Amino acid sequence: MPNRVVITGMGVVAPNGVGLKPFLEAIQLGRSGIVKDAQLEALQFSCQIAGKPVLPEALIARYFSELEWRNFNSSGILYGVIAAMDAWQDAGLSVAATEEPDWDSGTIFGTGTSGVDKFREAIYKIDELQARKLGSTVVAQTMASGISAYIGGKLGLGNQVSTNSSACTTGTESILMAYERIKSGQAVRMLAGSTSDSGPYIWAGFDAMRVCTFKHNGAPEQGSRPMSASASGFVPGSGAGALVLESLESAVSRGARIYAEVLGGNINSGGQRGTGTMTAPNAMAVQRCIATAVSDSGINAADIDLINGHLTATSKDALEVENWSIALQRTGKDFPAINSLKSMVGHCLSAAGSIESVAAVLQLYHGFIAPNLNCEDLHPEITGLIDASCIPQQMTTEDLRVVAKASFGFGDVNACIIFKKLIAS
Amino acid sequence: MDRQLLLSKLKTIVASYSHDKDALEYLSETTDFTKDLKINSANLVDVVLDVEEEFDIEIDNLSMERMLNVSAAIEIIESKLKEIDRK
Repeated sequence: MPNRVVITGMGVVAPNGVGLKPFLEAIQLGRSGIVKDAQLEALQFSCQIAGKPVLPEALIARYFSELEWRNFNSSGILYGVIAAMDAWQDAGLSVAATEEPDWDSGTIFGTGTSGVDKFREAIYKIDELQARKLGSTVVAQTMASGISAYIGGKLGLGNQVSTNSSACTTGTESILMAYERIKSGQAVRMLAGSTSDSGPYIWAGFDAMRVCTFKHNGAPEQGSRPMSASASGFVPGSGAGALVLESLESAVSRGARIYAEVLGGNINSGGQRGTGTMTAPNAMAVQRCIATAVSDSGINAADIDLINGHLTATSKDALEVENWSIALQRTGKDFPAINSLKSMVGHCLSAAGSIESVAAVLQLYHGFIAPNLNCEDLHPEITGLIDASCIPQQMTTEDLRVVAKASFGFGDVNACIIFKKLIAS
Repeated sequence: MDRQLLLSKLKTIVASYSHDKDALEYLSETTDFTKDLKINSANLVDVVLDVEEEFDIEIDNLSMERMLNVSAAIEIIESKLKEIDRK
């Protein structure tokens, strides 16, 4: 029989909170992490606001040795390692000090790019004919799998140690891949999650596409406006989210606290056919992904209490709500509550799925729905589909049983995951 | 340069890469970088770069290959410094 899979630990490095407790407080209070970014302004970006985690040096020193920190210039690995180690500790797991690795534990930790600032630094040196002076850590910091490699070493993991990458779907995909590995019995415990670099060299491409908002440079906190009629593009964000997934059997046997069960999910692609392109979703594929995730989880669409959407604050938000509505066959007041964490942290790109999944699981576990910011002017196409009461703008306390989380990404890729509160029997 | 001074400068450089603080404490000309100081082999290249910067010399690839212990390092540094003196 396949293993049941539960979440026993979480860690998060988000623009509005570093660490599980500050993050929980931030999402309950609806605290925004979007600020004016002096570097983006100096570089004359259209969008000069962003979400970056704030990490004091004293905090970093708890995770990186002096030697590791020398010539270190990879914000994504920094965020990912902190989130991962926090999640491990939160799960009550220790780091083996033995010669032998922990064969039962692995990681699938995704990213979009790695160490873009380190790469830039290296390119300048190479072009100045200083290739021999790059030092020894350029590869480890800029290889795509740098993040899983760092985590694997920190925790002494002996099972699969790998990095996945599927644009803005990355984080949600990592959780589903880790879930599959435990479900099939190939691992007992997997650290799932994802990270994203910060800064102009990662965000410029989006700015150039004009998909980031340029209308809120004077009022950063109002910039990220999912589901709003005045949404005018996403606000770039960054950070990392991490979740310890574990077989139910293992969690129970060691008396671990269980946040939620991963009931199932689905990963697919629209193949860039129909309405799908490199950058636009094939609606049919999105609907299929959601519907398949529901059936895979053995629940009914009516069981879903809360949707944590992808909802980036572009013109595609209404289409996403329509896709959910068609896939779940629920409309008007019958539609579940829906929210987007992006109104507080912006679009954390490859880290979005994992940071938002941490938020989704926190809401499920603590029984509340985080507020949607900046959508006092709900988009009429959205209120034409679902009742405005489904989009809470104040935090509400709810006894949530099932939460659905989806992420969609460039390349026409989709992932949807279903979390369920584990009721003690 | 005085050999004791050279040794102490070298000790400061390798200190940040060494994973055996006892061996570092008793650093002598016979100390091996990887076997005794437990320096990660990838970091040997960083030691060389730090030596280049500290002594303002350039260490060619062949010398770099040989720079695996304190005595070889001192010999290489001294010979590079002499080359500069001659110029």
